[in-house]
Amino acid sequence: MIEWSLFAESWPAYLDGLWLTVKLTALSLVAGLVLAIPLAVLRVSPNRWVAGPVWAYSYFFRGTPMLVQLLLMYYGLGQFEWIQAQWAEGNRFWLVFRDPYGCALVTFALNTGAYTTEIIAGALRAMPHGEIEAARACGMSRFTMLRRILLPGALRRALPAYSNEIIFMLHGTSIASTVTLVDLTGAARNAYSQFFAPFEAFIFAGLIYLCLTFALVGLFRLAERRWLAHLRPRTPVRKAA
Amino acid sequence: MTQLTVEDLHKRYGDHEVLKGVSLSAEAGDVITIIGSSGSGKSTFLRCINFLEQPDAGRISVAGEEIRLVPGKDGHLRVADAKQLQRLRTRLAMVFQHFNLWAHMTVLENVVEAPVHVLGVPKKEALERAMAYLDKVGISRFKDSYPAHLSGGQQQRVAIARALAMEPAVLLFDEPTSALDPELVGEVLKVMRGLAEEGRTMVVVTHEMGFAREVSSQVMFLHQGLAEESGPPAQVFGQPKSERLRQFLSGNLK
Repeated sequence: MIEWSLFAESWPAYLDGLWLTVKLTALSLVAGLVLAIPLAVLRVSPNRWVAGPVWAYSYFFRGTPMLVQLLLMYYGLGQFEWIQAQWAEGNRFWLVFRDPYGCALVTFALNTGAYTTEIIAGALRAMPHGEIEAARACGMSRFTMLRRILLPGALRRALPAYSNEIIFMLHGTSIASTVTLVDLTGAARNAYSQFFAPFEAFIFAGLIYLCLTFALVGLFRLAERRWLAHLRPRTPVRKAA
Repeated sequence: MTQLTVEDLHKRYGDHEVLKGVSLSAEAGDVITIIGSSGSGKSTFLRCINFLEQPDAGRISVAGEEIRLVPGKDGHLRVADAKQLQRLRTRLAMVFQHFNLWAHMTVLENVVEAPVHVLGVPKKEALERAMAYLDKVGISRFKDSYPAHLSGGQQQRVAIARALAMEPAVLLFDEPTSALDPELVGEVLKVMRGLAEEGRTMVVVTHEMGFAREVSSQVMFLHQGLAEESGPPAQVFGQPKSERLRQFLSGNLK
């Protein structure tokens, strides 16, 4: 028997959860992208001392599960007396790590930042060498070349891979529910314990994730049409005078 | 007025000396073609002029201004002042064998890019200038197309318009027709011929002997890193002195 009352009574809680999921996803993606663009530029540097630290960062965050990172951040940091002292003093920066929302946001941003760094770095490395030579030959400075040629070219080509990363992050935020946050998954857990109807509780959350994912896929299809037009097969050119 | 002087240019890759002291001087309106078999160093020579390759020794002046060089740690020459090189590169526009258009920009954006973002030309003026040059190379109706949607010959004409939009002192052409299908070579050569007739200063590395003979004011034959023979085309093609040049010409003129 389907427990219809679960849908009728708990949808406002799901809506609140959805809002938190959207907030966590959007903010961590924006922060991660802002972090990843300069880091990707450093990552492709031929200088080992520049590229090395970025490599280490991305290796750590891509090499460990995001759940472990979140648990480390939320439960692990509080173990250190120095950090407890900072909390006691009311240090604004360190207080972020006492708050589950702050911990989740920082973890998610650093995690997606690492993946996005590699996506953009890969696109930068794949930049056709001739285009770089053409930029140098017309007298562009390194910075102008980066800003006008390398990054615009690379970010566009990174779009399909990045759209996957966005979907992974949307789904990844569901682990926020393990540190007391009531996101969409958290709302489903609460509904489950309230109604003892696990199938209804989780299928409701699952359907909402599904709709969000399809909306994102659609958005990216539009974005690719707009920004990757130069990679589409040739469309017949209209006869002109 | 002398637009470009290259004196005693040397370049080596490891033990292999590609250029063993090559010089060149281009007056305004000169069209200098550099011919030679593959591996003779002609492309390397051209690429050393705007420092896409680092020469090991030599002096280069553009429109009377010498590029300041200092010896680097490894004994190779280094550019003393990156800003000066960037400024002088804007005076030397280059057309590449593989066009090297910026793929994510439309034809018009490609031509407007460097004038606006390197020279600081106001956008409106740069657009007008770009359209005029696209007209000149006969490609203005494709202004909103992306490079990948054009034929090789069309892309190379866009690349020429992009070079012209810098209003450079010297145009450098690095085998501009070598990557093109035979039936597309003509449209590019026709544009280049037009530029020569306008009195633009050009240095052209090419395998097109017809173009070299008919259009250039001076021909230089490079062989194993040295200018084996150079002079007006009538002399180089009509009375080749060296055996190497005779062999090269008999293989290339049909």
